[in-house]
Amino acid sequence: MEFLVASAIGLLTASGLYLTLRMRTFPVIMGISLLTYAVNIFLFASGRLVVGAPPILSDGVTTYTDPLPQALVLTAIVISFGMTAVVVMIALGAYLGGKDDRVDDPVPGDASGKSSQAEDMA
Amino acid sequence: MMHWIILPIVLPAMVAPFIVLAARYHITIQRVFSLTAVIAQVALALGLAVQAADGTVTLYQLGDWAAPFGIVLVADRLSTMMVVLTAVLAFFVLLYAIGSKWDERGRHFHALYQFQLMGIMGAFLTGDLFNLFVFFEVLLIASYGLMIHAGGNARLRAGTQYVLFNLIGSTLFLFALGAIYAETGSLNMADLAQRVALVDVGQTVGIRVAAVLLLLVFAIKAAVVPLHFWLPSSYAEAPAPVAALFAIMTKVGAYAIIRVYTLIFPPQLEATAGLHGTWLPVAALVSLAVGMVGVLAARHLDRLVAFAVIGSMGMVMIAISLFTPAGMSAALYYIVHSTLSAAALFLIVDLVRDSRADLSLTAQPPVAGAPLTAGLFFVAAIAMVGLPPLSGFVGKLLVLDATWSSPWMVWAWALILGSSLIALVGFARAGSMVFWKANGVVQDSAESDVGAPTRPAPPSALSYVAVSGLLVLLVMHTVLAGPITAYTGAIAQQLFAPDAYLSKVLDTPGKLSTPQEGEH
Repeated sequence: MEFLVASAIGLLTASGLYLTLRMRTFPVIMGISLLTYAVNIFLFASGRLVVGAPPILSDGVTTYTDPLPQALVLTAIVISFGMTAVVVMIALGAYLGGKDDRVDDPVPGDASGKSSQAEDMA
Repeated sequence: MMHWIILPIVLPAMVAPFIVLAARYHITIQRVFSLTAVIAQVALALGLAVQAADGTVTLYQLGDWAAPFGIVLVADRLSTMMVVLTAVLAFFVLLYAIGSKWDERGRHFHALYQFQLMGIMGAFLTGDLFNLFVFFEVLLIASYGLMIHAGGNARLRAGTQYVLFNLIGSTLFLFALGAIYAETGSLNMADLAQRVALVDVGQTVGIRVAAVLLLLVFAIKAAVVPLHFWLPSSYAEAPAPVAALFAIMTKVGAYAIIRVYTLIFPPQLEATAGLHGTWLPVAALVSLAVGMVGVLAARHLDRLVAFAVIGSMGMVMIAISLFTPAGMSAALYYIVHSTLSAAALFLIVDLVRDSRADLSLTAQPPVAGAPLTAGLFFVAAIAMVGLPPLSGFVGKLLVLDATWSSPWMVWAWALILGSSLIALVGFARAGSMVFWKANGVVQDSAESDVGAPTRPAPPSALSYVAVSGLLVLLVMHTVLAGPITAYTGAIAQQLFAPDAYLSKVLDTPGKLSTPQEGEH
């Protein structure tokens, strides 16, 4: 199970990084979503992986799973969800306004090339 | 237990929803409440600072749970100094936003402004690493809204970059927190300080990775080269009052570096040995050089100021990276100076903006209210470049003095002095192009096109009051340099002797220390 979880985190991170480096808003947002999935699993695993144990400490329970990472993951999920919604709205606004979904700075004096490129895409 | 440590966080958290819900369509009511809240914030911050001035560390246990299980807020000298700086800066920037009517150009400026303050105050006061992450997110999500306030294509595009960069930063932060928790089983800063010191020297891989990741995250916030790429276009495209408030955001990163790398990963810690002395000074020196060369190379006034911010963060980081009491004291003095002068410069750029076609450094007809604006620019530029008599000069002297015994001394002196000259040339060129050469242009255009559009009205008196207020603070920062450096020295002393902090956080009784566990 450790191998499965670790390779899932690694795969998600690698895919996320690759997509983030594409420098177009949609792949970048997808990439960041994958990265946040990866970090959520990573946080979850940071309390050690225990199967079939309750996340509370009470009388008569000898094995229990660490509840704190679960709380941390919940917080992280909520925050990343909100952040993704915000970035989608801002990126959509930038795309609809500028007819261009590149993330990096526009090259000065490249206005003509950029608009024709945007038309090609449309 | 003293409840008013949490007030700087609760107050904006209450005022912001009130503004959204009750005063949505009444800009006057919004302004009154926002301004009142910020003034109350200044008073609160000063109260906390006075309380912390004699070296007492004040602790607030949320929900009365004892550390390390509960989240704690801690007010020591460093936290309260940053809180005071934030509150005072927020007051003048808000005055400017009202005076220049920036707050009317889009919805919810005041609510977002309050949420932003809540996040910044929380980041300075918290004593828990995960809580620091949460407050980072609070201040970031408010800053996303403020960044694209008033809309426009260029601003939305810069906003997208800014948000994406910070999202990656947040993800890295979470990875670092996960690694720290997996290695030590705690996220309370004081508890971590003790646990990290106990980590076996042979098994430090995880904690070293976490320390480097955290440093990367804070370096993104502090815009240290090579992680500064988000800053120039974000700060240049953001509305002027927002950019001025963002002057404190880079300092949040610097604060976090100071806090974490003196408390949790102190320089003498064996597990992270070499991290402080190897990477930080180099990155700081390169930041200074890149920032000041950027000042010289910038073709627009707003970008020029943004690069000056990077350069001044480089100065701050050079002083921090020494990790000596003298260096830390100089860094804290320079942090105050750099925040105030950068904010003043961003506001002055905005005074110029409206009466010019664009902010490019070309000769255009004089701006409305040119004599006064030019004078203010002159003073602020002197402060930022570090010429005598203003506080930039004092700050640079302190940093130079602190680098005497550092192995990087030759590099630091060469780069600080050389970059000052470059920045001087950059600012002098910008000022003479925008304000002096303008007088030659107006005579030509008066003859050629008679039907030129009427010149816009000069900026309002309140705008000038706000900018002058910041500059007066800079002058006071210079005049009172003696007492202030004595105080920053005391802050540094407290930072390098964290025993009072640790015992206050960990030994104060709370709910868990009473023997009632296991009864339910």
